[in-house]
Amino acid sequence: MSTMRSLSFDAIIIGGGGAGLRAALELAKSGKKTAVLSKVFPTRSHTVSAQGGITCAIAAADPDDDWRWHMYDTVKGGDYIADQDASEYMCSEGPKAVFELEHMGLPFSRFDNGRIYQRPFGGQSKDFGKGGQAARTCAAADRTGHALLHTLYQNNLKNNTTFLNEWYAVDLVKNANGDVVGCIAMDIETGEVVHVKSKATVIATGGAGRIFASTTNALINTGDGIGMALRAGFPMQDMEMWQFHPTGIYGAGTLVTEGCRGEGGYLINKDGERFMERYAPNAKDLAGRDVVARSMVMEILEGRGCGEKGDHVFLKLDHLGEEVLGKRLPGIVELSKTFAHVDPAQDPIPVVPTCHYMMGGIPTNVHGQAIMQDAEGNDQIVGGLFACGEAACVSVHGANRLGGNSLLDLVVFGRAAGMFIEGALNEGIEYLDASSSDVESAMKRITRWNESESGETVPELKRELQDIMQTSFGVFREEKNMVEGVERLDQLRGRIASAYLPDKSNAFNTARVEALELDNLMEVAEATAIAALERKESRGAHSRYDYPDRDDANWLKHSLYFPADKRLGKRDVNFAPKTVDMFEPKVRTY
Amino acid sequence: MVTNITNLGRSGLSDWLLQRVSAVILALYTLFMVGYLLLSPGLDYAAWSGLFAHTWMRIFSLLAFISLAAHAWIGLWTVTTDYLKPTGIRIAVQLIIILAIFVFLVWGITVLWGA
Amino acid sequence: MSKLQVSLYRYNPETDSAPYMQEFQVDTQGRDLMVLDVLHLAKEQDNGLAYRRSCREGVCGSDGMNMNGKNGLACITPLSEVVKGNELTLRPLPGLPVIRDLVVDMGLFYKQYERIQPYLQNNEPAPAIERLQSPEERDKLDGLYECILCACCSTACPSFWWNPEKFVGPAGLLQSYRFLADSRDTATRERLAELEDPFSVFRCRGIMNCVAVCPKGLNPTRAIGKIREMLLANAT
Repeated sequence: MSTMRSLSFDAIIIGGGGAGLRAALELAKSGKKTAVLSKVFPTRSHTVSAQGGITCAIAAADPDDDWRWHMYDTVKGGDYIADQDASEYMCSEGPKAVFELEHMGLPFSRFDNGRIYQRPFGGQSKDFGKGGQAARTCAAADRTGHALLHTLYQNNLKNNTTFLNEWYAVDLVKNANGDVVGCIAMDIETGEVVHVKSKATVIATGGAGRIFASTTNALINTGDGIGMALRAGFPMQDMEMWQFHPTGIYGAGTLVTEGCRGEGGYLINKDGERFMERYAPNAKDLAGRDVVARSMVMEILEGRGCGEKGDHVFLKLDHLGEEVLGKRLPGIVELSKTFAHVDPAQDPIPVVPTCHYMMGGIPTNVHGQAIMQDAEGNDQIVGGLFACGEAACVSVHGANRLGGNSLLDLVVFGRAAGMFIEGALNEGIEYLDASSSDVESAMKRITRWNESESGETVPELKRELQDIMQTSFGVFREEKNMVEGVERLDQLRGRIASAYLPDKSNAFNTARVEALELDNLMEVAEATAIAALERKESRGAHSRYDYPDRDDANWLKHSLYFPADKRLGKRDVNFAPKTVDMFEPKVRTY
Repeated sequence: MVTNITNLGRSGLSDWLLQRVSAVILALYTLFMVGYLLLSPGLDYAAWSGLFAHTWMRIFSLLAFISLAAHAWIGLWTVTTDYLKPTGIRIAVQLIIILAIFVFLVWGITVLWGA
Repeated sequence: MSKLQVSLYRYNPETDSAPYMQEFQVDTQGRDLMVLDVLHLAKEQDNGLAYRRSCREGVCGSDGMNMNGKNGLACITPLSEVVKGNELTLRPLPGLPVIRDLVVDMGLFYKQYERIQPYLQNNEPAPAIERLQSPEERDKLDGLYECILCACCSTACPSFWWNPEKFVGPAGLLQSYRFLADSRDTATRERLAELEDPFSVFRCRGIMNCVAVCPKGLNPTRAIGKIREMLLANAT
């Protein structure tokens, strides 16, 4: 252990997706010694798969658009457990962040007057829900995430950010006071394990959709940051809240953007009926994603699903015509030809609700500072630890995220974290160094795998975990099934703790990375399962047969999962925006 | 920018342009020659020598020879930089090529204006 | 059901003195899987098999490799498109150093990308809102900005094989033209000045392997032609 090399930075950003790169850019410009540590080359991060756009009131489609309307939609979309101060911050700072992206070169599509093209997305309204459908999602065709991620990477190159590409963060290093002072990381190419010291550690590792068998998420979305934080003993917020995207391609799971419905596409059942008219008479196919996903499952359960097994529905696009499809949705045409063998200009695409986004994560304030609770239940800042993007729960998405709000979340809060850390570094934050035993305890896990001699292998255990989550924690949930799921997970945890890594080689050992990822999937799955079982109501994406109604008296709260005793606590939702009146919880209809 | 000192024009653009212009000249010269030979069935030494007695023919031919020299140099320089990685061998081959091209060019000129 | 015969390029620098081809029998159950799915199945037989993958839908560019002799993305290449006679041979992208199995060192490829200064340059003060751009001006970026940096094109290009340090290669040049063509970029002269030597652009011989293999259907050769036109217009 004494021979382990160490690297020192002012700030280390774990994750090279949109949030991480935006934070890094801010810090690189300030001249702080910053590094981005990413297990893949940054443009391979999952942000690249975002399609439809970035929702923001830049008032291009409608000169009267107002960020407060966007904030209203966000709070309502989140079923009133989105923090109103955070939503206010995101929606009001958003235009600045989007214009910055444009100035950096992001190739947005354009309106005839030269302004950024905006399309309608689900859950969008004008005038606080009273003015009809808004068009607020800024788009670069249907490749907005790709354009955004590449633009951010390019601007980091321009500003000479240090990249540790294809490095894998194993665990956080905490000092004797409980502050986070860096991490243990492995250079995947050589297998070398390094102690990375840092005054600020930013977790921007994205989501963990791979806990489910069927997901739109990339294979790399294994919740590494969540796993690290849970193992370090920090609480997670709202982990039961998982968004199922209405339109994952049936069988393949690949995403078909909500922008398809924004451009005028709609869902039909086996009778060819536009069924969303029954479930959401006003917004129809552009209701919140949780509403649309549930409606689809209802159609399927009631025998109106399509195909031989009646287990999916169709997304109809052919009426849009080849020109609109080619201009606005070229990537979708490609994807559906490849994965559904369907040309959307001719035939409808078979789709099914598919796990898409983790609303929960590391609780943070708007500066990205991670939060825990003291013994009295008061918020307490975790020294040295920050989070942004999907891994964080600020919370602006509450119980259900609106389409196009994730990209905005990345850039607004990546930027905010970067700015805050710059200020903190200027003030000269210092933490106690980690002792060798602190470092050793962060090495425990990788050492265990390296010394494993027999046991079950990673792929079969992963499949089982994904199967449990899919079976017991899907779109609809109920007590008995979830209790069984929690028990099976508990038993699985023991088996994973004694699992076997056959390949111990050093050079680009992907088997070792997958083993380490499995531990993180396990952490995320268990936090999700316990939070889902304990939240005894239906809210947003969390719908229970046994508790079908929203229970504001008991559950107008964030859930807070504590890993040490696997307990679910509660945390107050913020209802105190600074510049506007708060939005009172109302019955949520579309 | 990648720097180099052994190519002809010191610029990829001028080499590229020269390669195309010289190709056009060579194509015209070749067409003329083929046409002349086809239209002159009983060609003898006197007629052939007579053709090259014209000043315009000598200028046309010289232009073609120079084009050929430039075209060959640019082309072969590219080939040597693609395939000959050891610097010593590459420079040696380039020297041989340029010497040969020079010899052929001077020889061509003496044929045209000599005798 | 007969199994698919898969021949995989193997090399582990710690244990192998030289690379070799290893045979796998993969049970596809008669399905028209993607090549990436076949790799997952092969990895279950041999845990040590190394390859890159991420999005599995053809937008991240991780899993570029050589499949039965042609470069492409494993995740969006169905077996029916590449397999002949029930045999599939998978090799790393040609022309780059192999780290392990199908994983190549992309350093040279990224270096050429960085060399063309792949970011918008505009020193005029930015407006309070976005810089305006007409739909027609924006249309010029279509077919350029979609590049996913998978390296299928550059590693299929003989000119890049022979001069990877000096020839920018099709991927880098496509991105170079993406910024030359952007109405918002003001560094056109400086960009062109960096490209007029005999190697950076002019080593393209119009072989068009890049166009044949691009998984996103982009056309680097056309972009290179446009750069040459701009250089010519600028210098004459």
